[in-house]
Amino acid sequence: MALLEIAGLHVRYGNIEVLHGIDLRVGEGEIVSVLGANGAGKSTTLLSISGLVKASAGSIHLGETPIHKLPAHAIVKQGIAQVPEGRRVFGTLTVEENLSLGAFVRDEKGEVRQTLGWIYELFPILAERRRQLAGTLSGGEQQMLAIGRALMSRPRVLLLDEPSLGLAPLLVKAIFQTLKEINGKGVTMVLVEQNARAALKLAHRGYVMELGRIVLEDSSSALMENPEVQAAYLGGEKGR
Amino acid sequence: MEQFFLQLTNGLAVGGIYALIALGYTMVYGVLKLINFAHSDLFTLGAYLGLTLLTSMALTDRLGPFWGTVLLAFMVMLLIAIVGALLDRVAYRPLRQSPRLSAVVSALGASIFLQNTVMLVYGARFQVYPQGILPSTAIRVMGLDIPMVRLIVLCTSTLMMLALFFFIQKTKTGTAIRAAAIDQGAARLMGIDVNRVILMVFLVGPALGGVAGLLVGLYYGQINFTMGWGYGLKAFTAAILGGIGNIPGAMVGGILLGVIEAMGAAYLSIAWKDAIAFCVLILILIFRPTGLLGERVAEKV
Ligand SMILES: Nc1ncnc2c1ncn2[C@@H]1O[C@H](COP(=O)(O)OP(=O)(O)OP(=O)(O)O)[C@@H](O)[C@H]1O
Ligand SMILES: [Mg+2]
Repeated sequence: MALLEIAGLHVRYGNIEVLHGIDLRVGEGEIVSVLGANGAGKSTTLLSISGLVKASAGSIHLGETPIHKLPAHAIVKQGIAQVPEGRRVFGTLTVEENLSLGAFVRDEKGEVRQTLGWIYELFPILAERRRQLAGTLSGGEQQMLAIGRALMSRPRVLLLDEPSLGLAPLLVKAIFQTLKEINGKGVTMVLVEQNARAALKLAHRGYVMELGRIVLEDSSSALMENPEVQAAYLGGEKGR
Repeated sequence: MEQFFLQLTNGLAVGGIYALIALGYTMVYGVLKLINFAHSDLFTLGAYLGLTLLTSMALTDRLGPFWGTVLLAFMVMLLIAIVGALLDRVAYRPLRQSPRLSAVVSALGASIFLQNTVMLVYGARFQVYPQGILPSTAIRVMGLDIPMVRLIVLCTSTLMMLALFFFIQKTKTGTAIRAAAIDQGAARLMGIDVNRVILMVFLVGPALGGVAGLLVGLYYGQINFTMGWGYGLKAFTAAILGGIGNIPGAMVGGILLGVIEAMGAAYLSIAWKDAIAFCVLILILIFRPTGLLGERVAEKV
């Protein structure tokens, strides 16, 4: 039984259909990576899981619960958080206000404070900058804030949309290491990435999307060995 | 010098009223990017409902001037808040997914509707707030004779603004309102129900505007169904002056505008009072296009 299961998902923006029947399963505790070129529909897939865009057909289940008809705020409450494309931190709010908003759906103050302590352990720089406006952080710090903010809801499933975008390689390594640590605490992840190498190294399994369809699905190691994947997403590793 | 300080208190009192109204414009704009043209008519309605409650329930006779007025203010706030929420439900919410221009047209329609309703119910002539509700005496503060009413207006608007500031800055709901004003999509990803935020904004903004109407009635003693036009324009100016969408900005902008106007009227020319206020606005917008407090931090993309 998958924790997150997408079946036959169709999504349209106005009259244009951009997802043509996506099937995707994520098991409990897994990290699943979604690869694909620009415009393939990766972000749209994540946004529809979070309920920010609505399916025109198909279904999304979290465990036994159908969530594709729920409003976005209710889906967070069900246990799905997202680190959106472009981070979208609240720039004119402080770091700590951003984090507290991440826990908006939670009521128990003591436990929320505990989670906050955990986030500050994961990303000590955020503790240092807790009173600073989020808009004044560097790109990497904003990415950490976006991840920390999403974790504040204590999600069962964490959706990450290109967390490595625009960051220096060393920083990407550090962040991915932290993601591994978070996964070790039992947080299931869907990781959308253009940085296929880093993503496949971290993920257990992967999907490849093209033009609104899933074209490939396999374990990470098998995908890394796949010549087509190598040519298209790993910069033709065999040739080098 | 005495003249200066008297004008200053007058400017602060009027500015506080501008600020209270400006807050309604700026909160709605912050979340919906919509200018609620009907807001000035909620202000007018506040003045009229205040008058009706005052004369029909004899609150100040029963409870004394202080508690009577306090209760009156709360009743006006409650009623106008309900009208504000209804306004959103009827005039704006059905158009949430439509092009922005539709909502603007709807706002204009709602404004005309409310203004005409007030006129039909209360008549087109000036109405007079009964005298002697608030003490007409002056109070001596640091060698100045300041009219009691002026102090009451000042204190009320200050208290309201402090309460709002606390609500917006310190409470969970307030933080959610600020988040939704910055990025609605991201706010929804936090589990914030943006519809509830919008409802909240349409309760609080009109409540403050309604109290401002009541204060104008108490301060000047006379109200008219067209009063929303002038005050609305000034308050809207104040909101832009402070940076539209920015809550402290609306407070600063309103008070500044009131003081500038009072000083201009006292030292330059009463006839040019409005022109002076708008000149200041234009100057500030030339040098700070986002208003005084608007968008201090550019968001990194
Ligand atoms: N709000 C929108 N309105 C209309 N079309 C959209 C909208 N958002 C995305 N699209 C279109 O939907 C398709 C899928 O976009 P999506 O953002 O999901 O792709 P992506 O795989 O995340 O791409 P990228 O790698 O560039 O982030 C694209 O053709 C895009 O132009
Ligand atoms: Mg994308």
